Amino acid sequence: MIKKLLPYAKKYKIYALLCPIAIIFEVAIEVRIPFLMAVIVDEGIANMSIETVVQTGIKMILMALLSLFCGAIAARLAAVAGLGFGCEIRQAMFGKIQDFSFANTDKFSTASLVTRLTTDTNMVQMAFTQAVRICVRAPFMLVMAIFYAIRINLKLSLVFLTVTPILGVMLFTIGYMAHPRFRRLFEKYDRFNASIQENLIGIRVVKAFVRAKHEKEKFRISNDELRDASVYAEKLVIVNGPLMSVAVYACIICILWFGGNLVTAGAMQTGELISFISYVNQILMSLMMVSMIFVMTVMVKASASRIIEVLDEEPDISDANADESLTVSDGSIEYKDVCFKYNKSAEKNVLEKINLSIRSGETIGVIGGTGSAKTTLVQLIPRLYDVTEGEVTVGGADVRSYTLKTLRDSVSMVLQNNVLFSGTIEENLRWGNENATDEQLVQACKIAQADGFIRSFPDGYKTELGQGGVNVSGGQKQRLCIARAIIKAPKILILDDSTSAVDTATDAKIREGFAGLLPDTTKIIIAQRISSVEHADRIIVLDDGRINAIGTHEQLLETNEIYKEVYNSQLEGSVA
Amino acid sequence: MAMNKPVKPSGGPGARMRFEKPKNAKVTLVRLLAYIAKSKWLLAAVAVLVAISSFSEVAGTYLLKPIVNLLADCVKTGDIAGGLKQLSRTLIMLAVIYVCGAIAQYVYARMMLSISQNTLNRIRRDLFEHLEDLPIGYFDTHTHGELMSRFTSDVDTIREVISQGMVQTASSVITVVSTFVMMLVISWQLTLIIIGMLFVMFFVIKFIGGRSSKLFRAQQKNMGIMNGYAEEYIEGQKVIKLFCREERTKSNYAALTDEYRIAATDANTYASILMPIMGNISYINYAATSIVGAILIINGAKNMSIGSLASFLQYTRQFSRPITQVSQQFNNILAALAGAERIFEIIDEAPETDDGYVTLVNAVQEPDGTLRETKDYTGIWAWKHPHSADGSITYTRLRGDVRFENVVFSYDGKKDVLNGISLYAKPGQKLAFVGSTGAGKTTITNLINRFYDVSSGKITYDGINVKKIKKDDLRDSLAMVLQDTHLFTGTVEENIKYGKLDATHEQVERAAKLANAHSFISRLPQGYDTVLTGDGANLSQGQRQLISIARAAVANPPVLILDEATSSIDTRTERLIEKGMDKLMEGRTVFVIAHRLSTVRNSDAIIVLENGEIIERGNHDELIERGGKYYSLYTGQFELS
Repeated sequence: MIKKLLPYAKKYKIYALLCPIAIIFEVAIEVRIPFLMAVIVDEGIANMSIETVVQTGIKMILMALLSLFCGAIAARLAAVAGLGFGCEIRQAMFGKIQDFSFANTDKFSTASLVTRLTTDTNMVQMAFTQAVRICVRAPFMLVMAIFYAIRINLKLSLVFLTVTPILGVMLFTIGYMAHPRFRRLFEKYDRFNASIQENLIGIRVVKAFVRAKHEKEKFRISNDELRDASVYAEKLVIVNGPLMSVAVYACIICILWFGGNLVTAGAMQTGELISFISYVNQILMSLMMVSMIFVMTVMVKASASRIIEVLDEEPDISDANADESLTVSDGSIEYKDVCFKYNKSAEKNVLEKINLSIRSGETIGVIGGTGSAKTTLVQLIPRLYDVTEGEVTVGGADVRSYTLKTLRDSVSMVLQNNVLFSGTIEENLRWGNENATDEQLVQACKIAQADGFIRSFPDGYKTELGQGGVNVSGGQKQRLCIARAIIKAPKILILDDSTSAVDTATDAKIREGFAGLLPDTTKIIIAQRISSVEHADRIIVLDDGRINAIGTHEQLLETNEIYKEVYNSQLEGSVA
Repeated sequence: MAMNKPVKPSGGPGARMRFEKPKNAKVTLVRLLAYIAKSKWLLAAVAVLVAISSFSEVAGTYLLKPIVNLLADCVKTGDIAGGLKQLSRTLIMLAVIYVCGAIAQYVYARMMLSISQNTLNRIRRDLFEHLEDLPIGYFDTHTHGELMSRFTSDVDTIREVISQGMVQTASSVITVVSTFVMMLVISWQLTLIIIGMLFVMFFVIKFIGGRSSKLFRAQQKNMGIMNGYAEEYIEGQKVIKLFCREERTKSNYAALTDEYRIAATDANTYASILMPIMGNISYINYAATSIVGAILIINGAKNMSIGSLASFLQYTRQFSRPITQVSQQFNNILAALAGAERIFEIIDEAPETDDGYVTLVNAVQEPDGTLRETKDYTGIWAWKHPHSADGSITYTRLRGDVRFENVVFSYDGKKDVLNGISLYAKPGQKLAFVGSTGAGKTTITNLINRFYDVSSGKITYDGINVKKIKKDDLRDSLAMVLQDTHLFTGTVEENIKYGKLDATHEQVERAAKLANAHSFISRLPQGYDTVLTGDGANLSQGQRQLISIARAAVANPPVLILDEATSSIDTRTERLIEKGMDKLMEGRTVFVIAHRLSTVRNSDAIIVLENGEIIERGNHDELIERGGKYYSLYTGQFELS
C-alpha cells in the first residue's frame, strides 16, 4: 500500500529526504546533552573546576540551540513534503476522476469520490507529514540513546537491553490486538452516521408516520452498541500509558540499584548515573512513538486503500483504438446488433439486439416507459458507455475509432439531470465553444428560447449562476443547457428528456427552431410527452430494452399498442 | 506519563487544531460538566487517582536526591555495606510509590473511558431524541449536512477533550504545580532559572500560537474553496466529459490545490515547530541549571548537593512536557466548548408542541348507532373528544372530512404563503391542487397534518379543529406519499411495514399488490427480504415510489396525501398503477398534488392556486370549459416550474 502511494512524494523527494537528515542531527545533539551533564558533575564538581563547568555548560546551550534550529528546519521540511505529497495525490485523484468514464463514476458514486478526495486524502497527508518525522526520529533516538548508555556503562545498559524488547513486544501486541477492534469500531461508526443521516433526510416520513418513538428506540440500540464497541477497542489501548510508566519506573529502580552498586564499587561515577536516568525517558518515549506509528497506520490504512482504489481504477473508455486523423463526416448513425449491459455480471442485457439506421439530418423521437432503456440507447452514441456486443457507427465509422474529443465535439447531448456551474450565464454557454462570437451565443439562445428570459435579468448574459444553477427555474435551466449544447454546432444533437419542465408551447417553438435553423443536424429527442415527439420524422418505441416499433406518429397510432396507450393517457394534453 | 492515545478515525494533531471560540464558554462548560458529572463518584475517584499518579511521579523524582547523596557519601566514607542497605530501603519505598502511581494511572484511565463513553452516549442520545421532536420548520432552515456535523465533528471534539484533554490538563496542572513546589524546596536559586524559562515559553507559545491560528484560518479558507470546487466539478463530471473540458478542469483544480498547499505548509510548519522549540528550551534550561547548580555546589552553597542537582535536573525535563500539552489542549478545549454550544443550541430549540387532547381510538358501533370505545382492533376508528366544560366524552366516527375555513399561513410571519383559503373535502372525495412552484400546494397538505400550524383561520377534520387533535393521532389517520421517496436501510418488507409496524406479511403483500409493487419485488433476488441500501439506491426511482405507495397502503388511513407521488413514473406506468392507486384511493379522502395534469384529471375537484390564493375550482370539464388559467396550463400555454 505504501509502495503505491509513495511515488506521489517524488516531486518533494528532496524535502522528504532532507527532513530525516535534519532530524538525525537534532536527535544526535539532543542525546548528547545528558552525556555532557555527566561531565559537569564528574569532572567539574569533583575537581571543583568552575571553568570546566561553564565551558561544558555553554557547549550544552549551544548544542540545544543547534538542535532547536535543526528541529525547526525538520518541521518545515516535513510540512513541505507532507502537504506536497497530499497535493500530488489530490491532483492525481482528481485527474483520474476526470478521466473516468460514466461506468467508472457510477461504480463509486459522486459522494464517495468527494469523500475520498477530501477526508481520506487529508488523513493520509497528515499521517505522511508525521511519519516523515517520527519514523526517523523514534528509531534513531532509540539507537543513539542506547549507544550513549552503552558508552557510559555497558553493564548498566543491559537494563535497557532487557526492558526495551519486552516493552516493545507488549506494545506491539496491544496494537496488533487493537487493530481489528478499531476497524470494527470505525465500520460501526460509518453505519451509525449513515443511519442518522438517513433519518434526517427522511424526517418528513418519520413525522408523517409518527415513527419518532420507533426511531428513538432504534437509535438507542445503535448508540449503546457504539459505546460498547468504543470501550471494547479502547480498553486495550489505555493499557499503553500505565505499561510505559511501569517500564520507566522499573528501569529507574534497576538503574539506581545496579548503578548504586557500581558507584559504591567505584566502577561508575555519580554524574554518569544521573545522565543514565535521563536516557530512560528518551529510550522509552521513542518506543512509545514507534507504537503510535503502528496505531496510526491502522487508522490510515482504510483511507489509503480507498484512495488507491480510485487511483487503480482504469478508465474503461479511452482513445486506445482511435485514429487521430479521422473526422466525423456527417450525422448518420447506425446500430448493428447492439447489446448492452451496465454490469458485466448482470444476467440480462439492458439493450437487446438493437438494429437501427438514422440518416444525417433526420429528427428521431424516442418514447418508452420508465426503465425501457431510452437513455441507455442514446448514451452509446457519444460513447458515454461502450457497447457490450455489436457496434455503433457515426458518420459511417465505429464510434470507437474516433478520438473522444473528435466524437464528442460532433455529438452534443443534453442530459436528463443536467448541470450548470457557478459562473456567469455566458461562461456556462461558452462551454460549448470557447471562441463563439456574441452573435452565435445569442443565436443559440434564441433557438433554445432562452434569449428572452436571459435579457430579462438585470445583468443579462453576465448574470451569475449559483452552484448547480440554483437561481434559475427548472425550465430555464433546461433551456440554458440546450443552448449550451447548440453552440457546439454539433452534427448530432441528443435531448434526453430535456424539456420536461418547459411548457408545451415553448417546447414546440424550440422544435420549430431545430427544424428551421439546424436542418443538417441529426436530432434525437427522448420525451415522456407525445407532443414533444409527434412531429419527428420517425419515432422509436422502446420497450424493455428492445425496439418495439419504428414509424411516424400516424403509423404508430394505427399499429402500435404501446404508443396508443401512451397517447391515450395524455390524450387531452395534446390539444395544442 | 500522560500518553496520547489515538482513538479517532480521522485526523492527527496539528492539522486538527481548530481555532473557534465558544460564545459563552462559562455556561457551556458548566453544562458540559453537568453531563460528565452524572457519574459524580466515579469522577471524584478519577480526580483522586490522577492526583496520586502525578504526585507519585514528582515524589519519585524527589527521592533521587537522597539516593544520589547517599551514594556520594558512600563513596566518600567507604561504608559500602551500610550504604547499600540504606539504598535498598529507599528503593523499596520508591518502588511502592511508583507501583501506586502506575496502578492509579490504569484505574483512572479505565474509569475515564467509561465516563467519557457514557457521557458521549448521553449527549448523542439527547441530541437525537431532541432532533426527532423538533418541528418540521427547523429542518427547512437547517441542512442535513449541518445537522450531521453536530453528530460527527462536534461530538468528536467533545470526545477528544473528555477522553484525553480533561485528565491530561488536570494531571499537567498538578504535575507543574507540585514540581514547582518541589523545585522551590530543593533550591530557590535554581527555581529562578525555571521562572525565567517559563517566561520565554509563555512568549513563544503566545507568538507561535497567534501566528499559527492566523495561518490556520487561511488554510481552512483555501481548503473550503478547493473542496468546494472538487465537489461541484465531480457532481458535474458527466457534463464535463460531454464538453471535453477535462484538461481545463484539471488545471483549475491543480491551481487551487497549489494555493492550499502553500497556505497549509505555512500553517503546519508553525504547528509542528512548537514541539522542538519547547523541547530544546527545556534543554537550554537543563544546561543552565547544570552550570548554576555545579557552581553552587563548588562554592559550597548550603542547600545544594549532587543529589539535589540530580533531582532538580530530572524536574526540569518533567516540567516542559505538561506545559506544551496544556498549551495544545487549550485550543482543543475551546473547540470542544464551541461544539458543545452548537449541540446545546439544538437541545434548547423548542420542540414541536402538542396541546391536542382529542385522540383516535378503536370503536364498535352499538345497535343504536352510538360508538363505544374498545381496546381491540375493529376496523372502525373514532375521535375521542373529552369536553372540559362538563367532563363528558363524545365519540365522532373517523371519516375523513376535511375543511379549510379562511386559512392564512406564513412561514416567516412576514409573507403570507396562503391567503384566505377555504375548501372542503367530503369523505371519499379526491381533491387536486394545481399551480406553479411556490403557489402553496404543498403548504396546504402540510397544514392538514400539522407540520405547520395556520396563522389564522381554521382547519377541521370530521368537524373537529385539528389543533385539538393530538398530533400523533392526527398523523396516524393520514398517510403521505411524497415526491422524494425516503426509504430506509433495511429489507423491502421492513420499509413497507414502516406504515404499520405490526403488519403481518400477508398485509404487507396485499399492500404491495395494491400498489402494483408485488411483481417487481418478487423478482428481486431475495424478494421481500432484499436489503435496500443508501436510500434504496439499488431500485429505480419508479420502483422506490411504488414501495412508498405500498407503505402508505399498509397504513390504511382514511385520508391520503399524494404530493407529486407519481411525477417520477412515466405516464404509461402510471396508467398501470392507476388501478392500484384507484383501489388505494377508494373510499378515502385524497389530496393530490401533481405536476402532470393528466394525473389530476379525474379528481372530484381541481383547485388552481396562484400566489397562495384559489383562483379557480371545479372539475376538469368545468375548468376546461371556463377557459381560464387551468385551460391555459392544460393546453400548454404556461410553464409549470
